[in-house]
Amino acid sequence: MRLRPRLVIGTLVLCALGGLLVWAAADLTPFGTPSGDANAVTRALVHERHVANTVNGVTYDLRGLDTLGEELILFVAALGSAVLLRHGRGEAVEARSAEQEPGPRMGDTVRVAGTVLVGPLIVLGVYEVAHGHLGPGGGFQGGVILASGLLLVYAAGQVLALERVEPMALVEAAEATGALAYALVAVGGLVFSGAALFNFLPYGTTGQLLSSGTIVVLSVAVGVEVTGAVALILTELLDQTLLRGAA
Amino acid sequence: MTVLPYLVAAWLLVIGLWGVVTSRHLVHMILSLSVAQASTYVLLLGVGYRTGGNAPIITTTVTPGAQFVDPVVQALTLTDVVVEATVAAVLLALTVQAHKRFGTVDPDELGEIRG
Repeated sequence: MRLRPRLVIGTLVLCALGGLLVWAAADLTPFGTPSGDANAVTRALVHERHVANTVNGVTYDLRGLDTLGEELILFVAALGSAVLLRHGRGEAVEARSAEQEPGPRMGDTVRVAGTVLVGPLIVLGVYEVAHGHLGPGGGFQGGVILASGLLLVYAAGQVLALERVEPMALVEAAEATGALAYALVAVGGLVFSGAALFNFLPYGTTGQLLSSGTIVVLSVAVGVEVTGAVALILTELLDQTLLRGAA
Repeated sequence: MTVLPYLVAAWLLVIGLWGVVTSRHLVHMILSLSVAQASTYVLLLGVGYRTGGNAPIITTTVTPGAQFVDPVVQALTLTDVVVEATVAAVLLALTVQAHKRFGTVDPDELGEIRG
């Protein structure tokens, strides 16, 4: 469709949509006074599952099956973008290795900051993954922090080192292991309690590292899987940058 | 204003869709889509917010009669963020492929090539 008629139709439709949304918003419960009983969910989760962070209690227990689907979406999306970006890489890599050009160099400040931050970032990521049931954080958040450690290695100008290590096999293994571990816990609930993803492990004491049953296990599994998936996506997109830089 | 967060969500959705409609670059279109999706975060968190409520994280210092914001919508927002990130990743990969195969990332020019 040409731009001008598209703009006219777009303006009309979006004005109508905006009007409907404002009309709908006027009838919603006033902000700050939700109609549902959120306190009941929070207290029930703490009482029955001994999980301090009830957001992750909802994510990995009440909505555990949805999170399984969500994790598989991430799994498939990472594989899909890898397949899309790897297509036709062969000839580009040949051209590049013939020229033997190094990747783009970063400024000294970026390299120093990147090198210094890699260690603390990985510690923070592991902490987030392991303490998802106790405080803010969890598998998804910690996994992204861990994967961004890879981005820091790139920013620190260690691209060549990254290529020597060849992290792809490790990254793909981490992604698959996390997804498999989640699925195994789901089957474990089926075997031990008769319902998939039922929290079948001992709940422990609220606030302890080993508490909340399968919630902490699932959080760690998701952390491993997200680390692999995000690292895979980042690596594939970085490869594109490197190839373009060499071309 | 008791409806301001809902209006912010509506504005984000409308302005994001406007960006998609008028986009001349695929990366711009993907970012516009992200803005539109951000409206759902604002709406979900706004629906679950309770004035004066605590974060739904129980520590020993919380008094027995304390009120909490809704953890269910926060968990839904987490799911939303993850799905948005995966969609953006796949779309960006498709953009790279479109640029390789057709030499352009203008949606209008891509449409002419197909047609």
